[in-house]
Amino acid sequence: MLEIAVKGSKKYWVWIIFLLIVIGIGKLAYLDQFFNGLMITGMSRDVSWGFYIANFTFLVGVAAGGVMVVIPYYLHDYEKFHRITILGEFLAVASLVMCILFIIVDLGQPVRMLNVLLYPSPKSMLFYDMIVLQGYLFLNIIIGWKVLEAERNQVEPPAWTKPLIYLSIPFAIGIHTVTAYLYCGLPGRGFWLTAILAPRFLASAFAAGPAFLIILCYIIRKFTKFDPGWEAMQTLSKIVCYAIIANLFFFLCEVFVVYYSNIPGHKTHLQYLLFGYHGYNALVPWMWSGFILMGAGAVMLIIPKLRSNYVLLPVACAMIFIGAWIDKGLGMISGGFVPSPLHHVTEYAPTGQEIIITLGVYATGFLVLTILYKLATTVKEEVNG
Amino acid sequence: MEKSRRRFLKVAGIAAIGLGAAPAINFAASDSHGSGAAAKVKNETALHAERWGMVIDIKKIDDNLARKISLACHLHHNVPDFTHEVNTQLYPKTRPVNHKQEIKWIWKEEFHYAFPDKEDEFLNEKFHHLPFMVLCNHCKNAPCVQACPTQATFSREDGIVMMDYHRCIGCRFCMAACPYGSRSFNFRDPRPFIDETDPDFPTRSKGVVEKCNFCAERLAKGEQPHCVEASEGAIVVGDLEDPESDVRKLLKEHYTIRRKQSLGTEPSVYYIV
Repeated sequence: MLEIAVKGSKKYWVWIIFLLIVIGIGKLAYLDQFFNGLMITGMSRDVSWGFYIANFTFLVGVAAGGVMVVIPYYLHDYEKFHRITILGEFLAVASLVMCILFIIVDLGQPVRMLNVLLYPSPKSMLFYDMIVLQGYLFLNIIIGWKVLEAERNQVEPPAWTKPLIYLSIPFAIGIHTVTAYLYCGLPGRGFWLTAILAPRFLASAFAAGPAFLIILCYIIRKFTKFDPGWEAMQTLSKIVCYAIIANLFFFLCEVFVVYYSNIPGHKTHLQYLLFGYHGYNALVPWMWSGFILMGAGAVMLIIPKLRSNYVLLPVACAMIFIGAWIDKGLGMISGGFVPSPLHHVTEYAPTGQEIIITLGVYATGFLVLTILYKLATTVKEEVNG
Repeated sequence: MEKSRRRFLKVAGIAAIGLGAAPAINFAASDSHGSGAAAKVKNETALHAERWGMVIDIKKIDDNLARKISLACHLHHNVPDFTHEVNTQLYPKTRPVNHKQEIKWIWKEEFHYAFPDKEDEFLNEKFHHLPFMVLCNHCKNAPCVQACPTQATFSREDGIVMMDYHRCIGCRFCMAACPYGSRSFNFRDPRPFIDETDPDFPTRSKGVVEKCNFCAERLAKGEQPHCVEASEGAIVVGDLEDPESDVRKLLKEHYTIRRKQSLGTEPSVYYIV
C-alpha cells in the first residue's frame, strides 16, 4: 500500500520537501543539543521541564482525542463516522510519534533510553506511560492499516482486528490518564496535586483532538477528491463543544477550590498564571488569551447557526485548538514549577533553538500524518470513485 | 594523567568482572577444594547506622560558616562552580553560563524559603536572616525514588538516598517529585567549571541529575561527612534509630523542626532553631 505515498501531485511533493527541510534544520539544532547538553534550552534548576514536555503532554491529548471517532463508530454503530474513523486513528499515530520524539529530545542521556526497559521500576509513573503510549501506537498502526487494506480490497477487515479496536478504547483513555498521573502524584507541587487533573486532561484532549480533525477534514476536502462528510464534521463539532465546556468547567472547579480554600501552596501557582506573582507575569497575557479563545470557541459551537456555518466552523475549531495548546502547552508545565517548592520565582521561556527542535519534531509528525492521510484518502478515492 | 586513568579503569573493570564472576565460579566448582570465596574486605572502621540522620543547630551558624560548609562539600564532590573562570586553553569552546542552571548540594536559604509552609507574619525578626543550611533530606519515603523510572535514584537500607550517575537517563522526573528543590541537573558538561578536581570522587557528565549523597563514600571509610567536619560542631550526623546516638540526644534536648513535614516524606534532617 505504501507505493501510493510516492505518487503525488506537485503540491504534495512541495509540501513533503518543505517538511523535510524543517526536519533537517531541527535535526541540526538537536545535534548541537545532543553534544552540548540541555544547556541550550531555557530550562533551569527550578523549571526542570519545559517546552518539550509541554508539547508532549498536549499531543498525548490529541492522540487520545482520536478515540472520539472510534467510540461512536465501533461501539454505537454511528455510520456517519465510517469515513473519518481511519483519519482519527492515523492522527493518533502521528501524534504519538511526536510524543515519543519529544520524550527523546528531552532526555539528558538519550543513549541510555533503554534503561527504562532494562531496570523497570513499576512504582514510577513513567514506566506505565511508556507502556500505554507504545501500546496505543502499535494498536492504531495495526488497526488503521488492516482496516484500510481491507477497504482497498473491498473485503471485511480480519475478525481479530475487532478485539484490538475495543482494546484501543481503554488505551486511549489510559494514555492521557497516566500522563496526568505523572504530574498529579507529586507531593509539594500544589498546582498539579489535584484529583481532577486526569479528567481535565481528558476533557481538553477530547476537544483538541476532534477540533484538529475537523480542520484536517477541511484540508482533505480542498486537496483531495475524498469528502469526509459534512454531517460527520457537524457531529464532531458537537463533541468538541461539550468537551471544551467540560474542560472550562473543570478549570473553574480548580479556581474555586484554590481561591476559596486560600491555601498558599496551591494558590500561588494560579496567581502567577492569571494575575502575576511578585511582579513576575510573563504568562498572564497568554493564559487569558487561551481562556478567551476556548470560551469564545465554545460559544460559537453552542449556537447552531454558527456551528453549521461552513466558514466559521474551522475558525472556532482553530480557536479551541490554540486555546487548549496554550492552557496545556504553556500554563500546565510552567504553572507547576513557578513558584518553586522553596517559593523562589524563576520564570521560563523556551530559547530559539528549543523552538527550532520543537518545530522539527512537529514537522516529523506532519510528515507521518501526510503520508498516512495520503494513503487513506487515495484508497477512499479509489473505492468510492 | 588521562592515559593512566584509562589504564586504571581498564584494570579495575577487569578486576570487577572477576569479582562478579567469582560466586558463579565457586558455585560451579566442586566443594572438595575448600573455600574458593574471594576475600571480601570489610572495613572495620566504617560507620554504620540503621537510619542515618542529621541535626543542624542553626544558632551556631553564621554566614561565614555557611559559606565554609557549602564550599567544603562542593569542592570535595567536584560540584561545578559557575562563577569560576574557565581555563580557555583546556576548554576553548566553553559557552557562556546560564546561572539559573546552577548545581548545588548544600546551600543557605532564608527561613521563609526553607520553610515556606511555616510562614508567620509575626515571626521573630532574628529568624528572617538566619542561614538555614538546606540539602537533600534523605527522606524515609522519598518521592524521587518512587518517581525514577530506571532505579538510578534508590534508597539504601541505612536510609541514604543515592544517585547512580551512570544509570540516570536525565528525564528529571525526580526533580519534579522532590518537594525540597534538592536536586540539580547537569545541563552541560560540568568539568570546565571545576577548579581542582578531587580524585577521591568522580566528576559527572552532562545530562544526569545529582545531589547530596550524605558523604556515603566517607562514612564507608569511617569518616564524618565534609559538612560536619567544616561546621565546627553545628552539624551532627548519626543513627536516628539508636536512642543512645548523638543525634537522638540532641533531639531529646532541643525542640527541632523538619521541612514540609506534613507531606509525609519523613525527612531525616532536623533543625534546632
